[in-house]
Amino acid sequence: MSDVGPTRPAPVVTEDSAVFWDAARAGRLVAQRCRSCGRLHHPPRPMCPACHSIELEAHELSGNGTVYSYALLHYPQNPAFTYPVVAALVDLDEGVRMLSNLVGVEPERVAIGMEVEVTFEPTKDDGVVPLFRPRGQRS
Amino acid sequence: MTTLVGDATIVGIGQTEYSRAAGRSETQLAAEAIVAALADAGLTSDDVDGLVSYTIDPVEETELVRALGTPEIGWSSRVPYGGGGSQGVLLHAAAAVLSGAAEVVVAYRAIKARSGSRFGAAQTVARPTSSHSGTTAMQWCAPYGVLTPASWMSLNAVRYMHASGATSVDFGRAVVQMRAYAATNPNAHFYERPITLDDHQASRWVAEPAIRLFDCCLETDGAAALVVTRAASAPGASPPVVIAAASASGLFEEEIASNHYRPDLSFMDGSAVLARRLFDETGISRDELDVALIYDAFSPMLLLQLEALGFCERGEARHFIADGNLSPTGSLPCNTNGGLIGEGYIHGLNLTLEAVRQLRGTATNQIRDARTALVTASRTGVILRRG
Ligand SMILES: [Zn+2]
Repeated sequence: MSDVGPTRPAPVVTEDSAVFWDAARAGRLVAQRCRSCGRLHHPPRPMCPACHSIELEAHELSGNGTVYSYALLHYPQNPAFTYPVVAALVDLDEGVRMLSNLVGVEPERVAIGMEVEVTFEPTKDDGVVPLFRPRGQRS
Repeated sequence: MTTLVGDATIVGIGQTEYSRAAGRSETQLAAEAIVAALADAGLTSDDVDGLVSYTIDPVEETELVRALGTPEIGWSSRVPYGGGGSQGVLLHAAAAVLSGAAEVVVAYRAIKARSGSRFGAAQTVARPTSSHSGTTAMQWCAPYGVLTPASWMSLNAVRYMHASGATSVDFGRAVVQMRAYAATNPNAHFYERPITLDDHQASRWVAEPAIRLFDCCLETDGAAALVVTRAASAPGASPPVVIAAASASGLFEEEIASNHYRPDLSFMDGSAVLARRLFDETGISRDELDVALIYDAFSPMLLLQLEALGFCERGEARHFIADGNLSPTGSLPCNTNGGLIGEGYIHGLNLTLEAVRQLRGTATNQIRDARTALVTASRTGVILRRG
């Protein structure tokens, strides 16, 4: 699958999720922030569940977080991915959780509590997804 | 009170064979299971005036009614949330007959999870969880190769392992028990095929370090149906089973097949709310249960639910299982049909059918004098009693 461009599928972008994926395409990791009460939400949604405001904006995050959970996905396999897929839930320092992949680390060294930082990777169809790698690693 | 109690009664059950390739449409499977359930109840399709299934069920109500020839359907509904909504159809059916919205409600599920659209297939295309589903959790998973229910659930399971100290061996002990029950159930996929803990540990990783192949439920083709009426309307062809309590818990900040954004994934808080509703709010004691059927799509979920439902303390489910509590002679004989891991996966509705058989005294692995049964699937559940 080399030399043919990215094989990872592009994210499905909807009216409610565009705030996140549009930022990713610009190389920014954001969470949706309520302008009224200041709460951060992820995944994004069309209304703040705390105050019912619809004034929501993209709030740039530090990109730093810790691994809350992970799994090494072996089976079944889809040709778009390299296995094992390292799936992780990352708790961002600002308090939101994101599902992503870990890169730049041997799968057997992945652990809960690992400190990670964001990196970005292109997908098929000109999409971009945020991924995470061990913090402080030179790219 | 947020729990439905009353005399809504299961008067008939029916199913098709559970197989790897049904060779016919889901609509036909549903119709066959419903006709069998009506015959079991001593009713006909003319008597039915209510239908309830799931948002992800592929059978169109109009097509089903055309096949059954039912003249007057006055009420119908569908339950959301995938497998976690499994027992919600009993709540809906009971609510309909107790309110008077319908007199004879059929709850059903038809599925071709093996020969049709496999639940375990690694598809990257957006997979809506219902025909009217717009944004779904899938869009946050598919770009990351997190494509299957096992992969979604594994993230919860690994956190649970971290918090509780449970290991794959602990999950394996649960699976060995499910497979032991399945081994003596001719209706089970794994009939006459028990396994040892070593067999479990030798099965390949699906999602390391939580879920091996033998931890997974079976992608199954088939259909199951139940007929619900008020007790006074029970035709009496088969022993009635009363829906003593039915409830469902909330959906906030949750997704299909996982709760990835809940603060603490090592605890299934939806099940804890369900337990409060089913037990605390009704005064029914856990000690009254003779048998439990608990949704085991993946074995770690069984441990999480045992803790959240209050059968043991947090982190103690592995000891509860190792001590034999789920066995026929244990304190909580559990998934006596082999569960979804051993019998097959009909959305958990096959667990409800097993509970009815236990309370009628006709189960293959019959628990002696079973009078009260619990059936749960994460956030939905019922307590059933011999009528
Ligand atoms: Zn707000």
